[in-house]
Order: sequence, then C-alpha cells, then structure tokens
Amino acid sequence: MDSLLNAARPPVFCPGCSHERITHTLDKAFQAMDLDGQRIAMVSDIGCSGLFDTFFNTHALHGLHGRALTYAAGLKLARPELTVVVTMGDGGQGIGGAHLLAACRRNLDMTLLVLNNFNFGMTGGQYSATTPPDAEVGSGFLNRLERPLDVCSVAKAAGAPYVVRCSAYRSDIADVIRRAVEFKGFSVVDIWGICPGRFSKRNRLTTKGIEEMLSRLPPFDGEVAENQRREFGAHYRELAAAQKPVPPPAAVIAQFDPVSIERQEVILLGSAGQRVITAGEILCLAGLYAGLNTTQKNDYDITVLRGPSISEMTLSLQAIDYTGISRPSIVVALGPEGVARRRKMFAGLDETCTVIQAAGVDIPACRAQIHRVDFKDQGFKGTDWALASLGALAKLGRVVRPEMLEAAITSRLRGDILAGALDIVRRVEPSERI
Amino acid sequence: MALSLMEGNEAIARGAVAAGCRFFAGYPITPATTILNHMLAMLPPLGGVCIQGEDEIASIGFCLGASMAGMKVMTATSGPGISLYSEQISFAIGGEIPIVIVDIQRLGPSTGSATRGADGDVQFLQWGNSGGMPVIVLAPADVEDCFRLTVQAFNLAEQYRCPVFIASNKEIAMTRASVDPERLKAEIVIDRAAPGPGQEFLPFQTHAGEMVPAFLPIGGGRLVRQTSSTHGPDGYITTDPAEITRQLVRMQAKITTAADRLAMVEHCPAESADTLLVTYGVTSRSALAAVCELKASGTPVSLLVLKTLWPVPEAAIRQAAINARRVLVVEMNQGQYVREVERVLPGKAVQFCGQMDGRLITPETIREAILHG
Repeated sequence: MDSLLNAARPPVFCPGCSHERITHTLDKAFQAMDLDGQRIAMVSDIGCSGLFDTFFNTHALHGLHGRALTYAAGLKLARPELTVVVTMGDGGQGIGGAHLLAACRRNLDMTLLVLNNFNFGMTGGQYSATTPPDAEVGSGFLNRLERPLDVCSVAKAAGAPYVVRCSAYRSDIADVIRRAVEFKGFSVVDIWGICPGRFSKRNRLTTKGIEEMLSRLPPFDGEVAENQRREFGAHYRELAAAQKPVPPPAAVIAQFDPVSIERQEVILLGSAGQRVITAGEILCLAGLYAGLNTTQKNDYDITVLRGPSISEMTLSLQAIDYTGISRPSIVVALGPEGVARRRKMFAGLDETCTVIQAAGVDIPACRAQIHRVDFKDQGFKGTDWALASLGALAKLGRVVRPEMLEAAITSRLRGDILAGALDIVRRVEPSERI
Repeated sequence: MALSLMEGNEAIARGAVAAGCRFFAGYPITPATTILNHMLAMLPPLGGVCIQGEDEIASIGFCLGASMAGMKVMTATSGPGISLYSEQISFAIGGEIPIVIVDIQRLGPSTGSATRGADGDVQFLQWGNSGGMPVIVLAPADVEDCFRLTVQAFNLAEQYRCPVFIASNKEIAMTRASVDPERLKAEIVIDRAAPGPGQEFLPFQTHAGEMVPAFLPIGGGRLVRQTSSTHGPDGYITTDPAEITRQLVRMQAKITTAADRLAMVEHCPAESADTLLVTYGVTSRSALAAVCELKASGTPVSLLVLKTLWPVPEAAIRQAAINARRVLVVEMNQGQYVREVERVLPGKAVQFCGQMDGRLITPETIREAILHG
C-alpha cells in the first residue's frame, strides 16, 4: 500500500519534534494495514496534535480543544465501517478529561493517540495535565502545585480495554500503533515525546530520559485483561434492533356528548406521589372522548416524591389559547402542599365553582360549593385520591361523564391497574354539598 | 375528527423522525429531557442512534460527527446546556454542519428554575457564537408548531448547511394539548445537496450562483475535510484575507439574503386598529386571547406572531406596522426581542410588556397593557 502522507502538505513541526516522527510511523502503520484513505477518518483538536489531520490523504475532522473524542464517537456510530484515529495532546487530556473517561467506559472501536509532550507547546509552554512538578514551564510556579495525570492508569480505571504507554522513540512504534488501531475496541496509546520548541528549551529531556521516566511507572502494553468486553457499537446495534417500534400517536374519536361546551378549567392541588399528573392526563383524555379540546399544564418543584404537585386542565369546544387557569370551574384539594401553593386563588372562587375537598386537607374560606370527600374512610390509598376525585366529579355530573372517564381510563391503563382504576371511579361516593 | 393528547416535546421528537432525523444525542435536563426519552424510544427500532452524552458538550459533539458522516442529527437542552453548547454552535456555523438544536427555555439566569418557563434565551441563541454570525431560530407557539417547525428546521439546516434552533419553552414543551394527528405530517422533506455528476468537489466550494457548498459525507468514496479553523474551499487552514473574506461573507449572506424566504409569521390585522401586538412562542396564545376579548368589547387590535425569530423577519414587521400608531411587544423576558422591533421600526412608538417570573403572561396583563399601557 502506498503512503497516505499528503505530499502537498508536509509536516510543519519544529525541527526535532517527536510529532513528526509519529506522523511518519502512523503512515507506516496505515500502510501495514493496507488501508486506503477513504476508509480512515483522522480526528484532531487543538494544539500541535491538531495539525495531524492535514498531513494525511484521509477523511479529516478537526475541531475544538479537548472534544475530538466526541466527534469521533459520532462518526463511528454513524459509519461503523470507518477506521477512526484520534490525535490529542496532553492538554486535551485536561480540558477533555470527561470525554476520555466516557470513551474508556463506552468502548467504541477507535484509537486515541495521546501525543504527550508535557506542556502546551503552541501557546507558550504552559503546564498541562501531565507536566512534571519539577519542570520549568511557562506557567511560573503553578505546575509545582499539581500532580501530573497518569493517563494510562486513569484509562484503565475507566475501563479502556487496550492501553499502551510508550516512548515516541521506541523502535517498533509503527507496530505499536498498528496493533492498537487493529484492536476491536477503544485503544489508548500514550506516546511520550520531546517538544523542542518549548519544553526541552528549559528542561533537559532526552530519549533516554523518557525511557527512565517510563520505567518508574506501571507498564501498559496492550490489552487490559479485566476490561475486555463487547464493543459498544456492535452491542448498541444488537440491543437497538430488539426494541419495539413506537406506534403513531393514539387518536381518540369522540363518542359522547360533553357535559358543557363552555371553557371549563379544572385544577388538581396535590402533593408529589399522589398521581396528580396521571389523573390530569386521564381527565384530558376523557375530554377528547367528548370531542373537546384539552390542555394540561403542570406545576411542580424539582423534588421527586416531595413537594406540591399541581395539574391545571382546560376543556373547551373552542381551540384553547391561554393554558393557565384564571376562573376554575373545579378545584380539587388533595394535599396541603398544592393548596398552599395556590392559597390566594380561593378568595376569588364564587358559587359557580365546585371544590372537592379531601377530608383532612384544610382549604382557605371561599364561596364555592364544597364537597368534602373522605377518601381514606372510603378505603382509598393516598396514591388513588386524584383518580377517585375524577370519579366523584363524574358522579356529581361536573365536567366529565362516567362513560367519558371510563373510556379514558381504558385507553390509558392496562391489566390489573386498569381494573383497579375502574373500580375506584365506580366505587367512590361524593358527599353531599356542605 | 380524532384528537391525540401530546406534549410539545413529543411533537418535536415525532417531527424530527418524520423529517428523517436518525441520530440524536442529549444530556438529561428539565424541561428538555422528554425529547431524549421520546427519541430513545423511537430511533433504535428505526435503525437510528440515540445516545446520552457524558455532558452537553459531548452530546452536541456526537451530533456534529454524525452529521458530517451524512446523518440528520438533533440535540435538545435548556439554558444551562445551551450555554455549554456555545463553542460547538460556533463550530457548526463555521464548519457549515447541518444540525437542529432544540432549546426548551426555562427561567434563568443560570440554573434558574428547572420547572418554570421563560423566553430568556432569544438573544443568546443568535449571539451565543464567537464571530457573531447569523443563525436561524424558529419559535413554536403550540404542539402543532412543535412538529411543523421541527420538520422545517431540518429542511433549513439541510438546505443552508447550518445550525437551526427551535426556541421552545417549558410551557409548550411539557404542557399536553389535544392535537389533530392528521396535521402532524411532514409534507416536504429536504436533504442536503450532493455535488452534481462530474462536478468538481471541495468541501467548502461554491460554484457560480450558489451560496451553500455541496455536501459529501466523511466516510464516503471521496475524501472530505471538516475543520473548525478559518479555511478556504479545500477545508485547509488559510491566512489569506481575501479568501477569508470570501468565505465569511458568503456564510453570512447565505442566511441574511434568505431572510424574507425564511420569515414565517402569522399576521391578524384588525381594521382601524391603532395598536399592533408583536409576540412569539407561548405568549402569542395569551395575546390571541386578549385580542379576541378586546375585539368583542369594541377595541380592535392587530396581532403579529413571529414563528421565525432569526433572521429577524424585518419586512413582515414593517409591513404589519404600517398603519399602527403604536407597537406593543410582549415576551416572557425582561425585554429582548423588543430591541429588534425598535431597530426595525425607527420613529415608531414601540412599547414593551414583559414578565420573567416563571408564570405565563395572562391575557388580562396584555389587555391592561393595551388599554392603559
């Protein structure tokens, strides 16, 4: 196979830069794999490592600092047949650390070459995530305060199944890279080299010195036994193929006459965990069964099983514009937290409004017609009060008819839950007005 | 007529799938999460890909990679996430990478209130890119718009090779509403254009009369380069000011010269009205209610609802305002789009009615502003 180096754009690295050596060895690795340029995507980001994509006659994507692994993942998921090789510097391991961890955990079949030369060469030799604390760099004393990142130990801990740490001057570096690229999974090759433009101007660093530094660290030379597992993309496609298609949206054809064609506003005031939102959805579906337009606007806090849960429904024969509740026809008070959130609303309620007040839930004084229902005494669990309140409204002939409600429940729920829900709305007894 | 009950976020997901989107990546964030949920249910059985990224930066990065591989892609987030997208948005603009970005706006600034709505990002979406290039932003008002404008967003992203934003709002996204499912159909689906047969191809080359470079995917039979650096037609970095100018002027002009074609508005003029309401998003529904009530009580008011926010539909705004004595801009923030209306209508009395406290602006508030503002 011919060289994939771009003759029109020879490397532009400083004389003596280890990146130039890696450029040529990567080309040798591609040749040894008999890959043509159309089958390879080089992905790079910022810094001297970000120049790599321009030297090869391959597909290329050059992006933002530290983000090369994100583009590479998108490319590989979209085109699993592509050989994806990412070059990043030691700077990228800092700014893109989250992506390194995630890539190791994910295990997509691609290769990360870390061109590790212990500093930000392009911007003036500032310290990076891998700068030794005793080095002289362009960040004053700051590198003396931080511990350098062991990229390979981190990659292993994060689940990378193939990790190599080596010198750029290793004689078989082309084979090292080839084996990493050929590995079916995420491979990380941390290649240590010399930056003559910045780092070695102020620090004595030789190829022998790199060998000595490497010898003091735990070796990484290929497959990490405990991290071997299925490649993400193939596994994804297998699991995805087993998923059931989503049907088109369920369409409800009107079957019943509405209780009223006027705009009706219903508000359920409850607490998180009372299934207020589900009850609201069922009321809206019931409206559809009477040919009404409906909206459901919910109000709750960021907490999950604590705090108020409020659902505001509008039912109208006309199109619904504003979805807020200004003059509720129905207020259902199910929990103190919901009532507290809308306390001010009660003063404005008049005789045309019906309030369902769960026994034990205090509400502010108001002029509305109040029906107090002792859900607990009637044997309903707290999680069923919201649904039971819809049954009470149906029996009172307010907003919803029993047949609308039962049709909605039947369309929304399945199996034992459906049977239980129908039992609840049939069994509930609204009290007389108090 | 049959009706379905659907929240805006489901309509966006269904619109995306209908438009040919087969790649989605996102990071959970209220109130955008249900788009991720719906895409995760819909895409895998269609052979598509839906991924939860390690963060927002990764999520949009996955999308940019997949788009360059030829897929139609979408991501969705809210204020804190759109802030993290910013650098990648600039890349999508400069690299001319088609992508649909959904911003389900919530009350800001910062993490603000996750479960409260606002329209506080409408200037950020336009100006949150380094370099200050024009973008396309569409603002749905209801569930049907969520579907329709998402299809439109994909068509525009493909045609213009650019990011297209959906500026939705928690109050549309997570509010369920009845909708006629027959109206949720993608009538026109447009795909990015490949070079003509025998036509010379460079990744950022335009031929005479063209504003948008033809697209070939990374991974296809011809080599493609993509770069976030300032580049010439060949996708290699350039420092030639003439070449830089040609590329950047073209990139700007492809959007600005299309402004009239991109302008989607709904204009409800009222005879002898002296006030024109200008609004967008969920607030337009309160405005419509206010206008109807005022009409019934003998006060005609004209209404202009903007579905395209950027580029600013300047001609449509000017036309609608011709006979208006005053223009009232109503929006769920502390005064953002009103700046554009003021700019477009010099010399006209432009007033502002806004609110940013997590509540919808009520029809009563708007009526008061019209009658006594």
